[in-house]
Parts: sequence; C-alpha cells; structure tokens
Amino acid sequence: MQTDWLYIGLFLVVAVIFAGAPLIIAGLLSPRKPNPIKSSTYECGIETVGETWVQFKAQYYIFALTFLIFDVEIVFLFPWAVAFDQLTLFGVLSGVLFVFILFAELLAAWRKGVLEWV
Amino acid sequence: MSFLNDPIGIIGNWLTNLMTGWGLAPGFAQVITMTIGAFVLAMSGLMLVVFTIVMERKLYGRIQDRFGPNRIGPWGLLQTIPDMIKIFTKEYITPAGADKVPYNLAPILSVGGALMVWAVLPFASNIFGTDINVGVLYIVAVGAIGALGIILAGWASNNKYALVGAIRAVSQVVSFEVPMVLALLVPVILARAMGVNSIVDAQSESVWYFLLSPVAALIFFISSQAEVGRAPFDLLEAESEIVSGFQVEYSGLKFGWFFVGEFLHAFTISALMATLFFGGWSGPWVKAFPLLGVFYLLIKSFAVYLIVILMRIALPRLRIDQMLNFNWKFLVPLGLVTVMMTAVIEKAMPLLNVSDTWAPFLRVGAHLLVNLIIIWVVAVILRKTFARREPPVVGQPRPVAVPPPAPAPVESPAAEMP
Amino acid sequence: MGAMQILFLLAAAAVLGAAILVVTSRNLVHAALWLIVALFGVAVVYVLLNAGFFAIVQVVIYIGAIAILFIFAVMLTRQIGGKDGGSQNHSTWWVAALLSLLLMVGIVWILSTWQGFATELPALANEKELISELGKSLVSTYLLPFELASVLLVAALIGAIYVSWEKSR
Repeated sequence: MQTDWLYIGLFLVVAVIFAGAPLIIAGLLSPRKPNPIKSSTYECGIETVGETWVQFKAQYYIFALTFLIFDVEIVFLFPWAVAFDQLTLFGVLSGVLFVFILFAELLAAWRKGVLEWV
Repeated sequence: MSFLNDPIGIIGNWLTNLMTGWGLAPGFAQVITMTIGAFVLAMSGLMLVVFTIVMERKLYGRIQDRFGPNRIGPWGLLQTIPDMIKIFTKEYITPAGADKVPYNLAPILSVGGALMVWAVLPFASNIFGTDINVGVLYIVAVGAIGALGIILAGWASNNKYALVGAIRAVSQVVSFEVPMVLALLVPVILARAMGVNSIVDAQSESVWYFLLSPVAALIFFISSQAEVGRAPFDLLEAESEIVSGFQVEYSGLKFGWFFVGEFLHAFTISALMATLFFGGWSGPWVKAFPLLGVFYLLIKSFAVYLIVILMRIALPRLRIDQMLNFNWKFLVPLGLVTVMMTAVIEKAMPLLNVSDTWAPFLRVGAHLLVNLIIIWVVAVILRKTFARREPPVVGQPRPVAVPPPAPAPVESPAAEMP
Repeated sequence: MGAMQILFLLAAAAVLGAAILVVTSRNLVHAALWLIVALFGVAVVYVLLNAGFFAIVQVVIYIGAIAILFIFAVMLTRQIGGKDGGSQNHSTWWVAALLSLLLMVGIVWILSTWQGFATELPALANEKELISELGKSLVSTYLLPFELASVLLVAALIGAIYVSWEKSR
C-alpha cells in the first residue's frame, strides 16, 4: 500500500543523503590545489588528441534495441506469473506462447546475424 | 521474551508513542520512525561493506600466497578504517572539461542504487524495511539506476578511456538484464507473488527454490555478477586495457565511492541470491525465534559471497564478443526455455490428482528432473559445438640435430699397461 | 490540502519543469538526464494513484531501458556538447504555438464534456489482488492484444534490424 511506497520514498532520500554527505565532508577535509597539468585529461601520460566524444559503431545500439524489446515483453509476464493460481490451463499456455514468440524472435535475430559481434 | 520475538516492531511502536506523547501528529510521528528505520538500515549496509572489503582482501592475499592485511586490529580486521581516513583526506581532482553535474552525480547514483535494494531485503520474518508487492521488479529498477551512474561517470569525465568504459558498461549491463529478469520470473511463478518477503515465506513453507530450479538460480547468479561488473565481467573497468575505464578520472572519495558501490552491490546480490533461491531467513526454529532469521540470512549470504569472491580471483576477463555471445546465445535462450518449462510443469502438477502428502515431493521431483534434462541437453549441445578438436597432424616430429653416436668405451689403462 | 496533494503538486511541477528543460537545454546528454527526471516524476504520480506496478514498470522500462537507449543514441552522434550557438527557434515558431494552443483547447473541451470524471469508480480490492487481476485479464479478456503486442514487438525488432543493420553490411 501507499505507506510502503512512503517508506521507499523516505529510503530514497536517506540513500541520497548517505551517498552524498560523505562526499561533501571529504570535500571539506581534503586539500584543493588544482593546476592545469593536474587537471588535464589522463590518458596514460600521452597528450589527448582531438575531441573526446568520438563516434562509436552502430552495433552497440542494435544490442540496446534488442534489449529494450525483450525487456518490454518480459515485464508483461510478471502479472501473469502472480496470477498463476487463478489462471486456466489455456491462460497459462497463452503465456507460454508469448514466451515462445520471444524465443522465435531471438532465433530470427540470431539468424539475421544481429547477435554477431564484428 | 516478546521483545526478542519482534524487536523492530516494539521499538518502532515505542518511538511512535513517545513522539505522539510529545504532541506530534500520529502520521508525522510514523514518518519520523520510518526515517530512523531507513537510517539504521542504510547504516548497517555501509558498515557491512567495511568487513566485506577486509574479507575479500584477506582471501585475495591468501590465494596469491600473501598475508593480506594483517597489521591493524586483530588479524587485520580494522584495515579499512585507516584506509577510509586516508581516502577522506585526498584531494578531488576534477578533470578540465568534465561535465560537472553528471560527474558529481555519478558516484552518488552508484552507491545509492546499491543501497536502495536494502529497502526490500527481508532479514527475518518481521525485520525488513518494507514488503512492496512488486519487490522483484523494484530490484531490477534499482539496478538500472546503478548502471546509470556508471554511464554518467564515463560520459562526463571527458576522457576517451572513460568513454570506452561507459559504452562497454551500457552494452554489458543492458544485455545481462534480460536473462536476469527472466531468471527472476521463475521464483515469481513458483511463489505466485512478487514481494520479496512473500517469496521467502513461500520458500519456508515448501523448499528452497534452488532445488526447484537450479538453472534459474545459476542464470541469476551469473547475470547479476555481470550487472555489478566484477571479474570475470569487469571489462568496463579493465585495468590492463582501458586503465579502469569509467573511473579513470575520479580521485579521492569519489573514486572510493565507486569502490564502495561495487562491494556493496556485490554483497547485495549475494544476499538477494540467498533470499530468492536459498530460502532467505527460513531455517530450523525460525518460527519460534524470528531473530534467528538474521543469522541464517547472513550465513547464506556470506556463503554465496564467498563464491563471488573466488570467482573474481580465479577467472580471467572475458572479451566483449565472448561476453555478448555468452549472454545472447546462451543465457537468454536458456532462460526462456526454463521459464516455459517451469510454467508448464507448475500448471500440470495439480492436474495429476496426487494425494496431498505426495504432491510436494512430486512437484520437487518433476522440477528437478526437467532442470536436469535442460542441463543435460545444454551440455550435449555445448559439447557438439565446442568439442576440442585435435590439431591437424602435418608430419611426424623430426629431430633437427642427431646426437652423435656414443664413443667407444675407452679401455681401462690398467689393461694396456703390461 | 493534505500531504497527498502537496506531493502531487511537487511531482507535477518537477515533471513540467524537467520537460521544459528537456527541450531547451543545448547539450543532448543533459536533455536526456532531464528526461529521466521527468519520467521519474511520472512514476511518483503513479504511486500517488496507488498504481505501484505501473510506477515500477515506468522506472524499469522508461528509465532503465528507453532513457539509457537515448543516452546511447546520443553517444553515437556527433555534436553532443552543443557547439552551435544559433537560435533554437524556427522562424515560424508562432504557427506551432498556435496549433498546440488549438490542440490544448480541443483536448480541454473534450475532457470537460467527458462523464468519466464524474462517475464513481467501483471499489478496488487490495493491491496484491490488483496485480493478479491484471495478469488474469491479460490472458483472458485482452488475450488477443497481449499476443499481438508480442508480434508487434517482433515487427519492431525486424524493422530496426532492417534500417540500421543491412545497410552497414
């Protein structure tokens, strides 16, 4: 119920305090003497060349997209799992069919070569 | 006696009554009590990290034939405290050109994300933060926030190594979330509930879900390792390739915070593993003395954590293509098959009309059998695919230099001498 | 005004403010971060509506997957830091403003004549039952949409593969 969620909200605040306060305390305790060399980009002692935010290949994105589609589908299954006792056999089997479509999807992506890292 | 049975509830009631006695509104007093509870829970989580760090360093040392920390406190147990004092007084070096707000937000998200899981972790049947009815999905959601911290850290540092680490982190964390969610679906099907404490309750009435679905337990264990990003899945911070990846530009406590976040998260997933698959607080006599549950949970969590540490010490790092192949071509299909099988068996069991005394045994037996069959089929497929082939024989080995023939035995001078 | 209203107003204000910052910030990653704040605010609104499952799904899908996908997409593009100093407004922005005003008036008009706000909803069972009711109706009343959603997402995946993969080969 909502008191449970109130606790989650309070815990969120507490977690942020616990994670943030030591950082601030350490900032007060520690010395602060920046100079240009110290705060330059560290790349193993070699001067950095060009812009940092370089382009990456699109394959990473394909994996993220596949993940998104799987994630959306699996979340549908959680209410189905909670209601398991009240479902008919047909209801359970339609859930299994849903998972099977996911499986076929994975095989299709595999076959297409999406999962190959090049 | 009653205090020992429900200490948290009694202390909470006492505090609330005390504050209403001071004239506060009851709702407000309850909020303050909850906040105090959250503080205590978060504090104990961070305190535990102090000891898990020592434990890990000790084990690391022993396995690498060193002593490990052994100077401060008995057996070096207090080593973390001077380390903490040291790291608190180190300078923050913010790299030039860093994106300030995400740069400073990242360590907070990293620790906070791991800490948030503790809100739903049941330590005993009556000692837990809260038992929201979507607890399992909550764990997934909070894990995503921790991943966000890593991505932000890598992106905001204005460093190419950090950016490579961040990109790797995204593809790894994101990929391994799929088998993790699939594996989490299995306990939900078995317990018919999503609340973490409800799942433990269901286990204390039947058996540990590790026995019902060892495959799901294994999938969850491996994929949560990858989610934390520890060895063998530490290619987001590979020291030898991209000099610690996303955290290369962090210093002082901001660096330490990623360290703490990783250890806390590693222990948290061990505790989750113990909770979801090894019965959590359930154990003998726990009905009469609920406080024993804390002890059982800690024992189980540390046993799992031991395996986590040993894995980190023993296994070499994967390459990114191996990591992705392992996830998408092994864990995900395996998880899908496990979910389908579990659902079918779980529904088919009641249709068999077995008497109530034998039904639980049949349930365990059927699940275990199907899991073993899955494991066997997987083993056969793996053997066929990755059978170690003998290297092709090009020719017989031929010696390059032939040893000279042994010299003729020299006759003894005694025989020559007349 | 109870605590619930205060929380709702705070969440709504956070959503609105963050949404405005999404479209005005020049740095694309900052825009994505503000989007996360806005989505989180929507999750809080769901919690206040006593729809815990939707709140958590909002966080899992929108923050855990879609926002990360956005950040990823931004990382794959050039010009993240917003080096262009030009105006962010199109020269005919007033047409868009007029159209959206008309649209808003239309929506408000339609919603004000809708009876749904006035009718009393049937009393809800407790939260746990709510989720299992959802699961039950997914595989009985809404069985066809449920399976179709799966097929639709297959289509989405194949489309994504076609658009971004085949050509790069």
